[in-house]
Amino acid sequence: MKIRLNIGGVSPPLQSEEIKTGDWGTQYPVVDKEKCTACRICQQYCPDLCIEVKEFGEEKYAVVDYNYCKGCGICSSVCPSEAITMEIKEIFKV
Amino acid sequence: MRFFGRGHGACPGCGLPIAVKNVLEALNGKCFIVNPTGCLEIISSQYGKNAWGVPYIHSLFENAAAVAAGIEAALRAMGRKDEGHVVVFAGDGATADIGVGPLSGVFDRNHDIIYICLDNEAYQNTGHQQSALTPTGESTTTTPAGKILPGKTGRKKDMVAIAVAHGIPYAATSSVAFPADIRRKVKKAANFEGAKYIQIHSPCVTGWGIDSRDSIKVARLAVETALYPIVEYENGKLVSVRKIKDRKPVTEYLKLQRRFRHLFKHPKGQEMIETIQKIADENAEKYGLDIK
Amino acid sequence: MKKVVRGFYSVAYAVKLCKPQVICAYPITPQTEIVENLASMHANGELEGCEYITAESEFGAASILVGASAAGARVFTATCSQGLILMSEVLFNAAGMRLPIVLVNTNRSLSAPLSIWNDHQDSMALRDAGIIQLYVENNQEVHDAIPQAYKIAENRKVLLPFMICMDGYKLTHAYEPIDLLEQELVDNFLPPYKPIAYLTTKNPMAFGCYAPPHIYMEFRVAMQEAMDRARKIMLDVFKEWGEITGRDWGGHISVDFPDSKVMVLAMGSVVGLVRKVVHDLKKEGLDVGFVKVRTFRPFPIEDLRNAIKDCDKVVVLDRSVSFGYEGPLSIETKSILYKYSSADVYPFVIGLGGRDIPKDFVEKLIRDVIEGRERPQFAFKGYREFEEVVP
Repeated sequence: MKIRLNIGGVSPPLQSEEIKTGDWGTQYPVVDKEKCTACRICQQYCPDLCIEVKEFGEEKYAVVDYNYCKGCGICSSVCPSEAITMEIKEIFKV
Repeated sequence: MRFFGRGHGACPGCGLPIAVKNVLEALNGKCFIVNPTGCLEIISSQYGKNAWGVPYIHSLFENAAAVAAGIEAALRAMGRKDEGHVVVFAGDGATADIGVGPLSGVFDRNHDIIYICLDNEAYQNTGHQQSALTPTGESTTTTPAGKILPGKTGRKKDMVAIAVAHGIPYAATSSVAFPADIRRKVKKAANFEGAKYIQIHSPCVTGWGIDSRDSIKVARLAVETALYPIVEYENGKLVSVRKIKDRKPVTEYLKLQRRFRHLFKHPKGQEMIETIQKIADENAEKYGLDIK
Repeated sequence: MKKVVRGFYSVAYAVKLCKPQVICAYPITPQTEIVENLASMHANGELEGCEYITAESEFGAASILVGASAAGARVFTATCSQGLILMSEVLFNAAGMRLPIVLVNTNRSLSAPLSIWNDHQDSMALRDAGIIQLYVENNQEVHDAIPQAYKIAENRKVLLPFMICMDGYKLTHAYEPIDLLEQELVDNFLPPYKPIAYLTTKNPMAFGCYAPPHIYMEFRVAMQEAMDRARKIMLDVFKEWGEITGRDWGGHISVDFPDSKVMVLAMGSVVGLVRKVVHDLKKEGLDVGFVKVRTFRPFPIEDLRNAIKDCDKVVVLDRSVSFGYEGPLSIETKSILYKYSSADVYPFVIGLGGRDIPKDFVEKLIRDVIEGRERPQFAFKGYREFEEVVP
């Protein structure tokens, strides 16, 4: 069975999205939607592009895509409303 | 299509993707990315795991500026200049050491590219070796703190001065601590015709030895201690600086990072800290950073 | 149109007719006049739709061409010697990225000691890179080779850089009557470059990705296969060229007096001289023939083997040496004869650093081989005996 080899090593876009890096971190962010003011500051900083302010009818708050979140804690550190807390994942709890 | 994908291999808390995504957003994805060998290339362009949603090329370590010039010339020759800006994302080693020759040539010929140096202050991808943009006092694997030597005793090359000396229309520094500043500067640079240089300070969690949660805090401290002045030059004239209210002493910044921790114990450490404070003071003086 | 011109003009003129889009130049003797001629043409507006960039080094020049070629442009540069070695990193890279960059290498010796004169050491140092190498004998051949080089390199089944090797000074600076090509003929022969993939925002792709062990080897096998396919494609292009111009330069090799007992091999400008010597010796009644090797990469394994396997003696006149062993052409000639022939190979290295190759020197050498006064072992010929001393 021959594999497909792109000539010259050229790759199509956004193949990395298949890699779910969500299992990398020991912590995960929890957004308190009451405190969240939807300022989008976390969205500007997140290095893994996995927190986004989304609208749900009347409500608007930051939502984390845990498929990709590496638990770095930057969102929590920059949130001006202290709406994001980092929790330790269940599997790491003693 | 997203400009930069998720699932890339950056360390948690890495500053590089923060800089990259803000630059791409500022240009609305209308760009060609040239990226030399380094962390960014390794995390984002493995064959079959491409994280880029914009056209991208990786050639060699030292020739990113020249490759970008070639793309820009080809687009002009083919009448495709309006397709997008040619942007280089290069590390500090690729910019200030091995690539400084081709970069000088590109600045000199004033090719219409935006050259962004992602400055994490060492060759991080190969394990934290010193580069021309490594600051004084840092312990890297090739300038380690030993019994005699207290880390790097040389200085940080002033790439912005070199860029300005070539007479390019726009040169600036920024930091991932201030993404809105990055976006503003990139949008402004895109309006100039000719070579533009933007140096973005980017923390390296693994190399600097910091907690990923402190990534942005440390980046902010670098600016607030005047060790990383945020400046902007247009056509050779200083047009803006980010002023500092209540400038913090450099120890606030140094003590949070493993790469400087030896300074607090080493026999020459105190002397070195004073040298670093002097550098900060000189920066504040030179650019008028302190709010009086 | 026939005109008496110097070698570098015949190169520049042919490049102009091929309508390149990015030319990048850095001066190095003896190629400089090629890029100077192109600069003049550019300044006079004769190179339409072409950007001419004066790079800060050969390395910068080659890198600019990598970017331009990846963006889909047809590109050109000329270099030699130190410049070729300096840009070798980029040329290896371009071959791996399968970019059809065409360059003219005006063969010049390598430092140290510094020498601006002619031999093949520079291009031979790049024989492992995956670059097609063609050695020309005179300026008409190089003039003809340029459109053919673009056609072969840009062929979707090839896509490798193409290096045309012309001897520095001997050909570059020589005046010759050249039948200059017509634009219409070149336009009909060489269509515009249509890349398989190129940098565009309409179809964002990543070029030059890195390959971990599980996939890297396949890319290198693909390059070898491209070289293998190039063998046949080059012959087709050579044939087509012969038909439309009436000038048939032969295939990968060209043989005079096949089936001779003694065959002499040579490459580059010295071919003209050696061929004349062999013809004269043949008139005398000596059983000697001549093989001009044109294509060095991909090495013409079958063609060359068939031409020399049945003879008794093969004299190889190398103009470079792989220090620690022999001349590259001799090494490769011997290896293709392995198990196919019992011929004795005489691996000689001549004319390094522009050392003169007089006609009677070549004649004496071939006679000595025919008459048994030489042994089939490696030797430099035409140098002075010396004793190394402390200054």
